[in-house]
Amino acid sequence: MAIEGLKNIILDYVIKEYLEEDSEPINYETPLISGGIVDSFSMVSMKRFLENKYDIQIPDDRATPDAFDSVNKIADLVEEFVAGKK
Amino acid sequence: MSNIGSYEDRIRNFSWQMAERELDYKPGDPINIGWYCSDRICQLGLAEKVGLIWESHTGLEKRYTYNDIRLASNTIGAFLSGLGLKPEERICLFLDRVPELYLGFLGILKMGGIAQPLFSAFGEEALFVRLENAGTAAVITQKKHLAKVRKIVDRLPELRHIIVVDHDGVSPLKAREVTFSLDKSDPVNEFDVHPTTAESPSVLHYTSGTTGMPKGVKHVHYSLVAQYLTAKWVLDLQPDDIYWCTADPGWVTGTSYGIIGPFSLGVTQCVLDSGFSAEAWYRFIEKRKVSMWYSAPTAIRSLMKAGDELVKKFDLSRLRHLASVGEPLNSEAVVWSERVFGKPFYDTYWQTETGCIVISNYPGMEVRPGSMGKGFPGITAVILDPNKNEPYPVPGKIGLVGLKFDWPSRMRTYWNNEEAFRNKFRNEWYITGDRARLDNDGYFWFAGRDDDIINTAGHLVSPFEVESALLEHPAVAESAVVGKPDPLNLEVVKAFVTLKPGFAAGKDIELEIMNYTRKKLSPLAMPQEIEFVDSLPKTRSGKIMRRILHAREWGEEIGDTSTLEND
Repeated sequence: MAIEGLKNIILDYVIKEYLEEDSEPINYETPLISGGIVDSFSMVSMKRFLENKYDIQIPDDRATPDAFDSVNKIADLVEEFVAGKK
Repeated sequence: MSNIGSYEDRIRNFSWQMAERELDYKPGDPINIGWYCSDRICQLGLAEKVGLIWESHTGLEKRYTYNDIRLASNTIGAFLSGLGLKPEERICLFLDRVPELYLGFLGILKMGGIAQPLFSAFGEEALFVRLENAGTAAVITQKKHLAKVRKIVDRLPELRHIIVVDHDGVSPLKAREVTFSLDKSDPVNEFDVHPTTAESPSVLHYTSGTTGMPKGVKHVHYSLVAQYLTAKWVLDLQPDDIYWCTADPGWVTGTSYGIIGPFSLGVTQCVLDSGFSAEAWYRFIEKRKVSMWYSAPTAIRSLMKAGDELVKKFDLSRLRHLASVGEPLNSEAVVWSERVFGKPFYDTYWQTETGCIVISNYPGMEVRPGSMGKGFPGITAVILDPNKNEPYPVPGKIGLVGLKFDWPSRMRTYWNNEEAFRNKFRNEWYITGDRARLDNDGYFWFAGRDDDIINTAGHLVSPFEVESALLEHPAVAESAVVGKPDPLNLEVVKAFVTLKPGFAAGKDIELEIMNYTRKKLSPLAMPQEIEFVDSLPKTRSGKIMRRILHAREWGEEIGDTSTLEND
């Protein structure tokens, strides 16, 4: 899976679902959890999106605030589980 | 030596007048929380003491001495008065944990307004019902939350001003919107603090109800007396402490003990405007040399999950006293805390309606892991027999937690809902809605809620409010919402949903409904799981029987089903 494409999909989802109009632009490195854009409860719907989209299961002990703290980190996590399917 | 000293001695000799004397307050005097938390501390010779250290998630720091706090709250108070806002008008703080939230809270109180803090993660519908119910006259917010306010402003004719504290000066403003910059405003040195009295309304916090929409809990300025004393005796705040309350002032802990308690005691407190991260929290405690830490079980369990090794990377040796609030603190967390921090978390129990801690573990007292502790001196807490609504004559039985309704920070009513207020009482006892038991030594032990309210991560969520939001989704025909056990958050929201014809259950629609609810209400209220069902259990009169679904989730006996309609 092309990592850049994966990052773009995650970034688009974050922008669509978690940002209000006129919000500051974000990038792959923007802190999502520690930056207050996505909270630990909202992480559940983000995790569900990724699991649905990529047909993977991310165990709860891997779905930590630190692992979801940026698009880059999320993409690394997803890539690991997608690779594990093969 | 702790501030409380001997709990037993305090119980024997207690009078709220002791706190009044310490605050130099006499019945009949004006009493204004904003003044007590800023001007008075300056008058006590602490004008140059740092009262607030604020840090953003990017590491940006701002420091405010008590004189800075006095000036900033004056400046905000004067600005609000200048807009034509009057005493007792409701002014909403819809802000992240930025300095304007803490300073604006005091500024509102100083000009006589009623501060209405709301959690900034609320979605537009949750925001709307609370502003509409309160008849809010002004909202203080940030650019990032402006879009949510704009979506509902046309439905709020009483809302006259939307004050944006971080406007860039470029984006066009709309009707009713105005900018305010604390940093760029000339500090107001002299400000006529409104002479509020003991029963003048001060704060309006919204809390969830079982059957109705959220209720506005009205507090008054006299609440200061109890918030001051409980912060002193339970949190044990002392002059040299660096205090960190992790609660957001959108909720009552964040105002009673994140603003009023520490500032009225002239303590230095620090604020981290950041989402949760175990490493970031430990780093913050180390960097700020936090000595008193007031947090919540969900956060503590999340730290446990992050592991003991992480704790060892940081110097947390300044920590002197730890306390917890929001939901029952499990005994494992107390034991873990003793192991890794060398001291236990002291559990505290109270509610939005009580305004202050009413049952607690106290410094110097034996902590029984898993127990709520004992009643605060001057507050009569009992376990009521639910059949007689009288205290059980002997300890040991599970019943309703009742309180004699006579302490300074008790709520005065629910805003525009006197009937709901009256319904909180049985035989003169205030009914908390929680069940517990007493042991032979006077310790309370939490047993559960007595209603359908969901306690998730220490925040109460109304199943009714979530069900109402779900029904607005085009695919949802019926819904029932209950709490589901969760190892981290105590419980989380689970929805049972029947779909309208033409819609099929599946992962995509589940996610769509989850996100719909999150945006409309809040992330806390978003169902973490949706179970699609063909029908919901109902009484013969058509009322959905949530308790059956709840019992299934918790593996409990379903109980009487005689009123259940036949399939």
